Amino acid sequence: MTSSPDGGEQKTGKDRIRLLIMDDETAYVDVLANRLRKRGIDATKSFSGTEAIQTLRKQDFDVALLDLKMEDMDGIEVLKIFKKMDPNLEVLMITGHGSEEAAKQGIEAGAFDYLTKPCELSLLVEKIVKAHKARKRA
Amino acid sequence: MKPHSDPETYYRHLSRLMITTVIIVSLIPMLLVGGVIYYQFHVSYKEKVYDHLGELIRKHKQNIDAFLKEKLADIRFLASTCGIEELNRKAVLEERLDGLREEYGTIFEDLGVVNAQGRQVAYAGPFKLDDADYGEADWFKKAIGSSHFISDVFMGLRGYPHFIVATRYTVDGSPWLLRATINFTAFNSLVENIRIGRTGFAYILNRDGEFQTEPAFRTKLSREEYAQFFIRKASIPQQDGIHIHEEMGGRGGKSLFVGAFLKDGDWLMVYQQKTSDAFSDLHQAQGMAVLMAFLGALGIVSTATIYTRQMIGRIAQADRDKELMNKQVIETGKLASIGQLAAGIAHEINNPVAIMVEEAGWIEDLLEEEEFKEGKNLDEFQRALRQINTQGRRCKEITHKLLSFARKTDSRAQEVNVNELIQELVDLSSQRSRYSNVTINTRLAPNLPVLKASQTEVQQVLLNLMNNALDAMEKEGGTLDIATRREKEHLLIKMADSGPGIPAANLERIFEPFFTTKSVGKGTGLGLSICYGIVKKMGGEITVESAVGKGTTFDVRIPMEEASA
Repeated sequence: MTSSPDGGEQKTGKDRIRLLIMDDETAYVDVLANRLRKRGIDATKSFSGTEAIQTLRKQDFDVALLDLKMEDMDGIEVLKIFKKMDPNLEVLMITGHGSEEAAKQGIEAGAFDYLTKPCELSLLVEKIVKAHKARKRA
Repeated sequence: MKPHSDPETYYRHLSRLMITTVIIVSLIPMLLVGGVIYYQFHVSYKEKVYDHLGELIRKHKQNIDAFLKEKLADIRFLASTCGIEELNRKAVLEERLDGLREEYGTIFEDLGVVNAQGRQVAYAGPFKLDDADYGEADWFKKAIGSSHFISDVFMGLRGYPHFIVATRYTVDGSPWLLRATINFTAFNSLVENIRIGRTGFAYILNRDGEFQTEPAFRTKLSREEYAQFFIRKASIPQQDGIHIHEEMGGRGGKSLFVGAFLKDGDWLMVYQQKTSDAFSDLHQAQGMAVLMAFLGALGIVSTATIYTRQMIGRIAQADRDKELMNKQVIETGKLASIGQLAAGIAHEINNPVAIMVEEAGWIEDLLEEEEFKEGKNLDEFQRALRQINTQGRRCKEITHKLLSFARKTDSRAQEVNVNELIQELVDLSSQRSRYSNVTINTRLAPNLPVLKASQTEVQQVLLNLMNNALDAMEKEGGTLDIATRREKEHLLIKMADSGPGIPAANLERIFEPFFTTKSVGKGTGLGLSICYGIVKKMGGEITVESAVGKGTTFDVRIPMEEASA
């Protein structure tokens, strides 16, 4: 909520952060997308690895938020494909608590950062903004 | 271990079995060999003694027989060389007696010539026996009937023991006897000198069982026993006519009797010795052997007993250790499986909790909008949403703790300085301890090696133990002693509080997950099981000692790596 002045006031489509959320927990994706949109982040939902890849093919994104544990595909695999498709895309990972090993693998594979679930929304927003800034610099 | 209702009974049984086996296996050959040697030695020694005594008696028998024959031969020689007319003259007889005495000493006491009626017609000797009438004398009757004769010892006319050697010769168809008296003392000395050991002595008996010599000791050879010799002579002809047998005789003890016939079976020479004396050397050796066997057996028995006891003690210890280990393995396995279960649940719960919290946050977001700003229950909505948030966070903490317990947390090994860590934690807790009136004392051993462990894990363990101690002393206050020291390959961290202590029933379950005595909402019951899991993972151990009213001590032992020393 602390980041709301930063994101919430952004009305113009040009400066809005384009975020791709991927998680097979649909209810989570829904509510997270709602809250992030309210904070000025242009969130697009996808509920599986394949869907996310298809979406990324059609559209450009600044940041992707990946759940590492999904049914159809390993999050790390999706991450690698994302990075291949768009090397400038910054990827944040959401992991269950205690799966830091997997998160580390992700960072080695080129992810920007990771979060543990459940996480504070403010922290998530903060990291999304950071990732976005890093992409801009790139 | 065999399934046994009572381990004590089992070990006793095992111990008895082992002792018995060892004793039997070692004693039986020893006793067998010892017994055979003992018996063989006994038999051969006995044979040797018998041979020796038999030889001795045979020699003496020959001696005495020779003596008697010689005396008889002397008389016969005398009778054959001198005519009866010559001998009838006292002077000649006296001259002959002197000659004999010159030759043999005082063995010949006197000489006499006796006619067919028993009248002594001539006499030479110290007694006044001229014209003595032997017509009714026993010896005369026997002597007149045979060519030569040796009498038994008798008192006769002179009133002291003597015996007679006589030879018969015929002159003009009528028989005459030349007789000589043999000095008893001289004869007696032949037998009297046979003395062996303390109790060995010899004597001569006639057919009526009367002593022909004077025995050195009193003997109670009965007529029946005496008769035995004569019966045996007839039934079992022995070599050289020597009989050896053992019988009860003397005073209670067994005696050895060696018999030999003299004088063509008229006399019996008996050598008598107490068995104990005759075999004293044997008995001594046997006694020694028995004593040694006994001591050996005693040695075997005591050694077997002592060693078996020790061995059983070790077996029992090993069994106990094994059982304890089994218990620990089961305990660890139990904790591990509970941990896995908990981790699964935690993962599953994380998603719904995350959704719930986010949905609540979404409602919060929406409440920001103008249309709700005027709602009269806005405050109440916001309070309820905050509560959902708080409880969601609490769920998150619980799941995080569960996952820590399942050891899925960050476990990168770093160099951890335990003393520094403890100092930090004490500083962190100082506010709280001051508030609870708890004094924290530290006794940290200097120069402890750094641990190769996860800093967060060690910290978690120490913090957990410290918090528990502080919780326990929250009301009453007290002291918390924290000490570190080296203990062989382990680093020992001791945390002793002076709190109310833990009842024994709770102490058993203290490391079980979800076991807590704190009121609902205050503790999850996971703290100590997490500590347990972490310490086990580091290869260490955590133990607790507690007594109600005295306080609780936790010992944490973490292995130190050699290289880091």
